[in-house]
Amino acid sequence: MSDLRELYQQVILDHSRKPHNYHGMDNANRQAEGHNPLCGDHLKLYLLVEDGVVRDVSFEGAGCAIFKASASMMTDSVKGKRVAEVEALFEKFHEMLSRDIGKPFNSAPLGKLAVFSGVCEFPVRVKCATLAWHTLHSAIEGKQDSVTTE
Amino acid sequence: MVRKPQVALKKTGRSGKMKFDVQKIRKDFPVLHQKVHGKPLIYLDNAATSQKPRAVIDAISRFYAHDNSNIHRGVFSLSERATMFYEGARRKVQTFMNAVSPKEIVFVRGATEAINLVAQSYGRTFFKPGDEILITHMEHHANIVPWQLIAEQTGARLRVAPINDAGELIFEEFEALLGERTKFVSVCHVSNVLGTINPVKRIIQSAHARNIPVLIDGAQAIPHMKVDVRDLDCEFYVFSGHKVYGPTGIGVLYGKEKILEKMPPYQGGGDMISSVTFEKTTYNVLPYRFEAGTPHIDGVIGLGAAIDYIQSIGIERIGAYEHELLEYATRALSKVKGLRMIGTAKEKASVISFFLGEAHAHDIGTILDRDGIAIRAGHHCAMPLMQRFKVPATSRISLAFYNTKAEIDQVVKSIAYVVKVFR
Repeated sequence: MSDLRELYQQVILDHSRKPHNYHGMDNANRQAEGHNPLCGDHLKLYLLVEDGVVRDVSFEGAGCAIFKASASMMTDSVKGKRVAEVEALFEKFHEMLSRDIGKPFNSAPLGKLAVFSGVCEFPVRVKCATLAWHTLHSAIEGKQDSVTTE
Repeated sequence: MVRKPQVALKKTGRSGKMKFDVQKIRKDFPVLHQKVHGKPLIYLDNAATSQKPRAVIDAISRFYAHDNSNIHRGVFSLSERATMFYEGARRKVQTFMNAVSPKEIVFVRGATEAINLVAQSYGRTFFKPGDEILITHMEHHANIVPWQLIAEQTGARLRVAPINDAGELIFEEFEALLGERTKFVSVCHVSNVLGTINPVKRIIQSAHARNIPVLIDGAQAIPHMKVDVRDLDCEFYVFSGHKVYGPTGIGVLYGKEKILEKMPPYQGGGDMISSVTFEKTTYNVLPYRFEAGTPHIDGVIGLGAAIDYIQSIGIERIGAYEHELLEYATRALSKVKGLRMIGTAKEKASVISFFLGEAHAHDIGTILDRDGIAIRAGHHCAMPLMQRFKVPATSRISLAFYNTKAEIDQVVKSIAYVVKVFR
């Protein structure tokens, strides 16, 4: 059960119960949708990008605890950051989750997002944790198609 | 050549009534005897696919070790033997379903392909613009999408009969939808999400009163109950081999001979012809007309072995034991605080779908997996049904006759842990 406790840490459960920035956004200038067909996770992501900076970000959607907590904590961590910094953060986050099981990883640069480090022990759940990030990436790039993790 | 399957029967008491010895049956399924994350495997995703008894595994390896060759072609002994086993399995299926003739048993890849075959071959021939195809709200995508495709191609229209909150077909509404434009009815025998057993005989009689042909999707029914196509009188009945303890990639389309005769081939190729020139091809007789190309020979032989195995135990006894297990599980799970079941029909088989308060199906699935328990989380290929109950996903337990009450007890314990995590 130890890896389960690692996966469902209190901070993840708290964010999944009461996600931050969980609402629509009237003045958003970028939007994207994402879904995980396997389990039905889906979200709408709203973004206000000005002068290359993420001024505001929010989301609406439904899904599992890992997905919701990840989306919630992502919005906290990218708000106010430059687009290039956001992309770098996504890359680091992705690297943490897709590394080989048991391989050490310096998660310090990810700050609070390091709580998702244990997700890599659950390969089928990696998609839940990265869905919001893929959707954010797509919104930044201004892609019209809905994102899917398949 | 064909080994007699192990029979798990024990006479008990003076009544001579057979006891259902589940521990003995479990010995027939090698895959069940393993640990997952250090815990004994508890396999409860039987509606997705069933495990295979040793008799099926052996029949397939025996075929490759001794008899492998193509069928209906060679004049040599091996081919003759392979053909004999292949056609022998067809007769086993025929007897199992009580079809009139082996000509009515067409081997396909699975229930999905069988429905596509009927939609494309029958539908393309007989559907006209404005015609209606009637299904229900509880269908699997495999009994929705093929009809949408043919509707698009022919100008026909898909109509959907509603269900109530218990997950039962509202029969009056179904009947009200049967009209002059209705040209086909296609319904599941048992719902893969709700476990609801549909009143298929009544459905068929009602459709026949208006001369409408009926297809029954029996993928979730045939592993759990006696199916008699002559008694049902449906035009088509389809199922997948892998859900009934046979191999994947093989399934059955039963079709009344008279109606199959009127249908053009679904695919062209070898075996489905009797003569070919560049000017004209004459199609083969039933059922070969619908079996183009080298078929899944070992799959058919494996399916035959699965049917032998089931019949050695008795499908009625299997169904009775599973029903007892379903009632036990339903009682045990309904005591879990915050657990809500989806699908509470009076007539049910084998399936329990549920929600658990704040815990999403996917989280439940992950936590149970760590206890060695395999259950399904998701939309179960029935998204319209999920929308009907306004849920994105459910957790689903689906039982087979090798499951035990002790396994159910363990599931309830593990679910209690989920409740603790998400409290």
